[in-house]
Amino acid sequence: MSLKLRKFTLAAGMAVAAVVASVATPALAQPKDQFFPLLVYRTGAYAPNGVPFANGYADYLKLVNARGGINGVKVSFEECETGYATDRGVECYERLKGKNGGATVFQPLSTGITFALTEKAPGDKIPLITAGYGRSESADGQVFKWNFPLTGTYWGAADILIQHLAAKEGGFDKLKGKKITLVYHDSPFGKEPIPLLQERAAMHGFVLSLLPVAHPGVEQKATWLQIRQNRPDYVLNWGWGVMNSTALKEAVATGFPRDKMYGVWWAGAEPDVKDVGDGAKGYNALALQHGAEPNSAVVKEILAKVHDKGQGTGPKAEVGEVLYMRGLTAAMFAVEGVRAAQERYGKGKWVSAEQARWGYENLNLTQAKLDALGFKGVMRPISTSCADHQGASWARMHQWDGKKWNFTSDWMQQDDAIIKPMIKAAADKYAAEKKWTRRTGQDCQS
Amino acid sequence: MFYRENGQFKTSYRGDQQIFPIAQDRWAILALVVFAFIGVPLLVDEYLYRAILIPFLILSLAALGVNILVGYCGQISLGSGGFMAVGAYAAYNTFIRIDDMPLLVALLSGGFFATLVGIFFGIPSLRVKGLYLAVATLAAQFFCDWAFLRIKWFTNNTSSGSVSVSNLQVFGQPIDTPVQKYIFCLAILVVFALLAKNLVRSAIGREWMAIRDMDVAAAVIGIRPMYAKLSAFAVSSFIVGVAGALWGFIHLGAWEPAAFSVDRSFSLLFMVIIGGMGSIMGSFFGAAFIVVLPIFLNQAIPLLGGLFGFDVSTAFISHAEYMVFGALIVWFLIVEPHGLARLWSLGKQKLRVWPFPH
Repeated sequence: MSLKLRKFTLAAGMAVAAVVASVATPALAQPKDQFFPLLVYRTGAYAPNGVPFANGYADYLKLVNARGGINGVKVSFEECETGYATDRGVECYERLKGKNGGATVFQPLSTGITFALTEKAPGDKIPLITAGYGRSESADGQVFKWNFPLTGTYWGAADILIQHLAAKEGGFDKLKGKKITLVYHDSPFGKEPIPLLQERAAMHGFVLSLLPVAHPGVEQKATWLQIRQNRPDYVLNWGWGVMNSTALKEAVATGFPRDKMYGVWWAGAEPDVKDVGDGAKGYNALALQHGAEPNSAVVKEILAKVHDKGQGTGPKAEVGEVLYMRGLTAAMFAVEGVRAAQERYGKGKWVSAEQARWGYENLNLTQAKLDALGFKGVMRPISTSCADHQGASWARMHQWDGKKWNFTSDWMQQDDAIIKPMIKAAADKYAAEKKWTRRTGQDCQS
Repeated sequence: MFYRENGQFKTSYRGDQQIFPIAQDRWAILALVVFAFIGVPLLVDEYLYRAILIPFLILSLAALGVNILVGYCGQISLGSGGFMAVGAYAAYNTFIRIDDMPLLVALLSGGFFATLVGIFFGIPSLRVKGLYLAVATLAAQFFCDWAFLRIKWFTNNTSSGSVSVSNLQVFGQPIDTPVQKYIFCLAILVVFALLAKNLVRSAIGREWMAIRDMDVAAAVIGIRPMYAKLSAFAVSSFIVGVAGALWGFIHLGAWEPAAFSVDRSFSLLFMVIIGGMGSIMGSFFGAAFIVVLPIFLNQAIPLLGGLFGFDVSTAFISHAEYMVFGALIVWFLIVEPHGLARLWSLGKQKLRVWPFPH
């Protein structure tokens, strides 16, 4: 009997310990370090892509400290594993938002988590940076005060892809009657580009067919059978994680030409093509400004100041790969926003999340500033404002030659004449649902 | 010594048939409820509310619903995630399509539509049993996943397929802060738990249990299997549907069908099995185990590592969390196959005879 009782006490003891551990969250009164929470996924179906991003993000923050902090303010960070799951992402957000004096900014790297956090951020007064993902309409800063889809949205990505295809065909009028198939991850991430593609299809008369792929994307046999039957002229691949390499393998199996396949910028990195090897040769993908940049100044600095000191986050060989660079630039935005906020609220001082938001809204990274940070040839200038939370929409196309990614196009930009009205309409719809009014000029100043 | 019913004589049938016949139990539960309503809001911080308490309350409610079907009526169901989705999306549609829809009515309408869908997918239970029924109810799960992904009308034609609600209020009171959300969920949970407890003690509850224990014998003594099984499906999916609506409205705020995937169905079934089949109390234990334990492990492992001077990587934490969690499930099922609720009642039994075990 006593054995049973002991087990019971043990179980009860564990439950008590659980409660105590979670209550005892230390709250520092005077934070010294600027705290950057990291929502990462180093496990699960999306880990091959999540890991290099997280490594780049962490390495850049380490580099900032090695450079002496943000005007002397050191940065600190903590990772929390979301596994790309929305509910775990929300839990991580709640866990980290109050830690170490308060989180500066969140970058969930998941469109699903972005949707959930978009509802929470205004109440908590914490900005969200979703560089190259998230809600497209959140580029409208007059409605989405706390969201910053810096450098690109999915509508922009889809738009640039169509522009590129038109240029390849020799003009938008040549797209008429062409068959374009979108193979997409069946989640908010994959569905985002659809409205833009439908708009463009109506404008230019190409036939758009939509083929969803269920999470996590390893089962695509039926999808590619349809592609073999329909024989589309182009396939747009809107995938993430294992879905990308699976799509390429299926394309090899069905004999669909890889050079007619175009990936979004989340489907154009080394983990997507490496294990397909030569089969992926000729596959195209968008590059969110940068590609793989092993020779850039910032990468060399990281190797010298972080990795050579034995403090690197991931394998040294992967430094400078596409998604590593994506994480690096995301971290750079987070840090530079704080620097911009310091200009207003006191140089060399810790800034709150609310103050950092002002920094992200008034980001002005000129080419000279970017070059000084080591991003020469990696990034183009970006400047945000109250109305425009995106800041830039530059992208290039790159192609996998079996060994590395090579740029195949010049710089391109989204067509604001199409996208701006769509963003405004969608943002107005969101505002109407929330019964919000657009921010006025006065609110923009604050 | 302190916990024994000696001297508490029942002088009426009413007294004998109470939910908690022992006075100490009655007071303890009452104290617990009062503490949950008044004490907890004074003690805990925002993280606990949003990350642990609110999900725990909502999933307890869902587990309660599943327990009625699986634990009391013996019909194994893997469609609970789907019923939750029906609840959430039906509540969403009533909430946004009808002007000035009160939140409570919207939530209950979520339960109502989940009931309809639940009864429909419960029809196979009249013919198939056990594991075969589990497979048949999986159809509900996949159908709901498909419907809410593909049929645009359900998601109000949003381009991304993600829906969101805001400006929630009940009787003019906004449901906005974590405390308000917590109290709201707790109030609903208490009402439903009381209803469920009384239901399973009533004639219909006894019919369910008779069907569970041996359906042929139950039919022989005059219990209509169709009525009993379908009513279990109806009650269960109503509660699960309300829980689904709460999960979307109160906990997530914005959601997509992935929030109610087949994983959710499995985790609900595991809650019932680990917590204790055929026990209202067990639903709470099961929900606590499945909701709180992974989060606790996720935070305890780095602390533990720090104690011994290890710097634990994020990936290792996540892997270790799964391993320890899995091992604990196996351990608990070996130690007590009847679930945590059985441990609870054993503990009470021991306490009763303490300090003289014989």
